[in-house]
Amino acid sequence: MREAALLSVRGLAAHFVTRAGTLRAVDGVDLDLASGEVLGLVGESGCGKTVLALSLMRLVEPPGRLVAGSITFDGNDVTAMDTRTITRLRGRGMGMIFQQPRTSLDPVIRIGNQIAEPLISHAGMSRAAAAREAIALLEAVGIPGAEAKARAYPHELSGGQAQRVMIAIALALKPRLLIADEPTTSLDVTVQAQILALLRERCRALGTALILVTHDIGVVAQLADRVAVMYAGRIVEQGPVGDIFAAPAHPYTQGLLQSAPVLGRRRERLAAIEGNIPDLSRPIPGCAFAPRCDHRPTMGERCDREMPPALAVTPAHAARCWRLATP
Amino acid sequence: MSAAASLPTSRLAWVLDRLWHNRSARIGGGIIAIILLCAAFAPWIAPHDPMAIDTLRRLEPPSAEHWLGTDEVGRDLASRLIHGTRYFVLICLITTVIAGVIGTVLGLISGAGPLIADAVIMRFVDVLLAFPTILLVLAVIAILGPSLTTAMVAVGIGNIPGYARLVRSAALTIRREEYVEAARALGASELGIIFGTVLPNIVSPLVVYTSYAMPLAALAAAALSFLGLGAQPPAPEWGAMLVNARSFLFTAWWAVAAPGLAIFAAILGLNLLGNALRDVLDPRDA
Repeated sequence: MREAALLSVRGLAAHFVTRAGTLRAVDGVDLDLASGEVLGLVGESGCGKTVLALSLMRLVEPPGRLVAGSITFDGNDVTAMDTRTITRLRGRGMGMIFQQPRTSLDPVIRIGNQIAEPLISHAGMSRAAAAREAIALLEAVGIPGAEAKARAYPHELSGGQAQRVMIAIALALKPRLLIADEPTTSLDVTVQAQILALLRERCRALGTALILVTHDIGVVAQLADRVAVMYAGRIVEQGPVGDIFAAPAHPYTQGLLQSAPVLGRRRERLAAIEGNIPDLSRPIPGCAFAPRCDHRPTMGERCDREMPPALAVTPAHAARCWRLATP
Repeated sequence: MSAAASLPTSRLAWVLDRLWHNRSARIGGGIIAIILLCAAFAPWIAPHDPMAIDTLRRLEPPSAEHWLGTDEVGRDLASRLIHGTRYFVLICLITTVIAGVIGTVLGLISGAGPLIADAVIMRFVDVLLAFPTILLVLAVIAILGPSLTTAMVAVGIGNIPGYARLVRSAALTIRREEYVEAARALGASELGIIFGTVLPNIVSPLVVYTSYAMPLAALAAAALSFLGLGAQPPAPEWGAMLVNARSFLFTAWWAVAAPGLAIFAAILGLNLLGNALRDVLDPRDA
């Protein structure tokens, strides 16, 4: 059923080495993505999901550094690429869009030119052809009056329009993978749904795989084929969206789902997960979620001492929790 | 271009529109426009040959034939002033291009390039800054010998540190902007980011700084000529004219006043235009 992996990440670790200590933002991530698949990467603020997204494109900047692991994209090892190769990969192989669409656009360059630029420099189009293509791309992302809007500057756009333009730029070269880092967080709720629908539609049309980084589990339910839940720099649960929502195996995922409001279900208060994410600058020998886990008291000391491996719930669904180990 | 409040279509049109509505921009722009016209059409505008010596009519006061009088060897002062605009424009352009281009490139590499380049370039700039500018300029002239070209090169080099510092700090800010990260994510090379993304975003401070630096550079070049280290007589350069006429200050004041006022007006024009540009491009200072 699943095609050969487009992206395969093994044991990836990105650390930030500062004078105050080493922050393990991403610490041993395994991840697979098939062609055209939509993966929701969920986690709360500070769990390392943005750093992971940047790591995939080798965009982590000093003091951050990839310290271990491998990233295989389309059969090529991304971690071993030289600067020229990785530059070619970005934009052509992988695209990325960010949380703040308006600050992600260059304020002094007309948006038509910003869309055309990668077409000229990466795809070798002529200036005129790229300008025509830019207008077509603006139309494809649902910008009304595309021809006039191509001459606009970013400050003349609304947030939603700016994100549409970012999507047009990121998909201009028809990359095989698009990484969207909280693409709708800064937008109005009404616009969010439109942008998400647009993302899904464009990615499907181009056969582009999508990694959707978000803290909004509702967005994931709407859009993703598969879900990866991230906690303290690790992926604690990974599986098909239906399985995760129907039968979350990791206590953290269970907590996340309970803390999300569900339409039609009235409750006095939303359940919150007690406590805070752990300090990532200290090595955590065991399960990072143990201090906040409801099951910790009944599970014993193994949770504190040993990091649980990814244990299979079903063949496609795995979680890092000792409760899944046969007792 | 009408004064109606129409929506300007481009940033340049917007800037020009704002300048048009600014009084000091109009006055300064007017002076600069006159100078540029004189420089472009000097041979046709000037009533006499600026180099023609007429020993019978030395140090004559202003008259119908010689509007501003004559100098100590009977050359027509008005014609010499008009031809002098060419030197002025040339000095402004050359010094600014030398300082601006080299300083900007150094600043860009320093602010947006690798750290090692930053360290090397900034130490070099520190060395330049350690000398008083005039001493630096005199040193360059001492090495290359006094001439107008040398003076322009020297003043240009003297202005490199200012540009480099300014561009570096602006580039450091821009480099952290999200759109730079976005450009990188979309496959822009480091060189592409420096010249394609960072440079266009620091044009405003560059223009503003140039509006400070250009009149100072022109003044410095005129001062060098006055000291005999720049344009050499008999060239009708204003600073050089001033030094020649200085000995006859009490007998022929017009020979001193003419080039002196020309320098004053030209610098005033540049400064007025620069002030207005600053107001338009840099609203924080307004």
